Amino acid sequence: MFRAKHLNSISAGHYKNTAGSETEVMPVPSVVKISMSQNIGAPCKPLVKKGDHVLVGEKIGDTDAFLHVPVHASVSGTVTGIETQRNAMGGYDTLVVIESDSKQEISPSVAPPQITDQPSFIEAVKESGLVGLGGASFPTWLKFNPRNLGDPMTLIINGAECEPFITSDHRTMLEDTQNIIDGAQIIMKYLQADECYIAIENNKQDAIDKFNSLLSAQGITNIKTFPLQARYPKGAERVLIYEVTGKTCDAGVLPADLGCIVSNITSVSFLGQYIKDGMPLVKKRVTIDGDAVSKPGNVLLPIGTQIHDAIAFCGGYKQEPRKILMGGPMMGRAIYSDRMPIVKNNNAILAFGREQSVIPEETPCIGCGRCHAACPFDLLPTGFADAYERKDVKRLNDLKVMQCMECGSCSYICPARRPLAFINKLAKGLVREASQK
Amino acid sequence: MTNKNEVYYDNLAVASSPHLVTSLDTQKTMMWVLIALAPSFAASVFYFGYRAVLLTAVCIAACVLFEWAYERILGKPVTVRDLSACVTGVILAMNLPSSLPIWMAVIGCFTAIVVVKQLFGGLGRNFANPAIVGRIVLLLSFTSYMTSWPLTRLQQTADAVTGATPLGYLADGALSSAPGLKDMLLGNIGGAMGETCTIAVLIGLAILIFKKIISPIIPCCFIGTVFVFSLIYYSVVGGDYSAIHMALFHVLAGGVCFGATFCATDYVTSPIMKWARVAFGIGCGILTMVIRLFCSYPEGVSFAILFMNILAPTLDILAQNRFYKIGEKEKAEKKAAKAKAFADKKAEEAEKA
Repeated sequence: MFRAKHLNSISAGHYKNTAGSETEVMPVPSVVKISMSQNIGAPCKPLVKKGDHVLVGEKIGDTDAFLHVPVHASVSGTVTGIETQRNAMGGYDTLVVIESDSKQEISPSVAPPQITDQPSFIEAVKESGLVGLGGASFPTWLKFNPRNLGDPMTLIINGAECEPFITSDHRTMLEDTQNIIDGAQIIMKYLQADECYIAIENNKQDAIDKFNSLLSAQGITNIKTFPLQARYPKGAERVLIYEVTGKTCDAGVLPADLGCIVSNITSVSFLGQYIKDGMPLVKKRVTIDGDAVSKPGNVLLPIGTQIHDAIAFCGGYKQEPRKILMGGPMMGRAIYSDRMPIVKNNNAILAFGREQSVIPEETPCIGCGRCHAACPFDLLPTGFADAYERKDVKRLNDLKVMQCMECGSCSYICPARRPLAFINKLAKGLVREASQK
Repeated sequence: MTNKNEVYYDNLAVASSPHLVTSLDTQKTMMWVLIALAPSFAASVFYFGYRAVLLTAVCIAACVLFEWAYERILGKPVTVRDLSACVTGVILAMNLPSSLPIWMAVIGCFTAIVVVKQLFGGLGRNFANPAIVGRIVLLLSFTSYMTSWPLTRLQQTADAVTGATPLGYLADGALSSAPGLKDMLLGNIGGAMGETCTIAVLIGLAILIFKKIISPIIPCCFIGTVFVFSLIYYSVVGGDYSAIHMALFHVLAGGVCFGATFCATDYVTSPIMKWARVAFGIGCGILTMVIRLFCSYPEGVSFAILFMNILAPTLDILAQNRFYKIGEKEKAEKKAAKAKAFADKKAEEAEKA
């Protein structure tokens, strides 16, 4: 498909150092700490208490709140405590600490789901503990339950992986290709979607080729691959919808209302596996990279593995880490401690040493306008910064600050090293605060 | 804890994303502008000899020194490392006749750096292009020095050292004795050091656009407007030469190409929004031609750019209002209220009658 106008984007370096490293399965660590807040909605309440024995796939956290996803044990062993830990957002998470017996006994509750109709499909997705694995951790069951079910629907599977360094989705596409196709077919069946696009950046030609050959071998015509430009941020939901369908999706509009469902490729791959064996989301493929890691690679590890254990599996630290990121360098979160556990939506752990973690000094704006030219939605980050300085909520609203998706392109491109994306976040907070008053 | 010997890192650096930045910072941007100025500098050395080297060196040194001294005296962080003062120095030098006394050039540098740039808050805060204002101040203060243009080394004879610029010939109505278009393209004409050789300027323009240092909008609109304006003007007025010849003459003569490439595209003093940039370029072109054709100055590029510099923030605001549809709701409401008031008044009058 040819699109004359692409949304603005930047060409950040790819740094896909680990694209060629096959996934290694990490042995079960002695201790896992499973967070109870692993989705964007309400945190779960622990269903287990200290001393309980849990098995792999057993539900250990759930809640009555509407927007939620249950949490499952990723190892078999004994619960040694319920902890609270400050998270990267500044709040506190409840963690269930499980000491592994390294037997990995599977819970009897794990069985292939009985899916007969749409409600049972949604129920199965909910019970699987699946959240948006691309990073947003939005409960997937809610996404697959649009209010306009029956309208023409397009399923877009997001395999763009535009963030530098991360290759876990790429490895998923190469190693779990059939699961992705199976998952896509069941989603299409129950969402009544008649077409599906697997959007992949064109720097992952091997993945595109693999899909094309498998799809044609199986005679599937309603699933197509969609090559994207290898630029950042092509994998952002609203950018992807435009690139694939040509529809513009403003912030606050549900993609389903436009007839689009966007799902991350790893989510789809998990679903394809889940309908076969019923094992809930308890392990995750994570890229571990950065100049402080001895042996970077892709690792399949149990959810709740602490970061220092994961890095120890990758040969430990090569040099003293200065900055550790959960996620990619463009939108990932810097965390303060390597004792934090891996959560469901982690797709990368990047540990940077002195050289790669320098925070550049801010210099005066020279008015070059590159931030405006880089913004996928043509927003004006310098205008936000000026208005934020004056705490001018009306001006911020006029300039449509809430459309910003915090992709960080403006900060990346700024020659004066202004933290524009950070200011945008603060400005959005200011507008939100003002609208609540 | 099972692994007691393990060292944990609990005190890592945290910062807001993104954690990557492009390598192109302000200093590198300025470096590329200097590289793009190199062909013009080389051409000026070729045509005007050692004076070109001397004047350029003095201008760079003076600009950097003034910036450093000002910031040191006021206890501000010294920013000479960002190379913006160097760029100002080179651009100012390229705008001067090669015979200008050194001390006058230093006055120009003082105006540019201290008065226009630093007094308004330094880099990013100046309301107008420092080099352009420096040139205008010199032009108004030392008019005779700034308008006696040395001939190039290839043109000079024993009894002729200075001569008129092509625009000077035009203003005097002696167009037939002006050099041909080929000489103007190659720069074998009288004029400011960097402005004469259009080929060298265009190489610089290509470098800047190719390296994405500037957007091509402003130079294209500027040069295009000059071309179209003179094409239309000479088609209507007529003359000894064809309208196409005269349009090319106006593009190649004086500082149109140099100004459009290096002065009008100055980040700080040009708009950010796309349509504001279009308006900025067209405005520069129209003002240049109006000054050239209808005013007493033979050349108008610097005045045009200065005028549009002052207009740039306004253009940006207008473009933002249109692009983000700011205030349209209020306008529509006001209009509706007005229409309603008018209808009410009509109804009232009808009732009275």
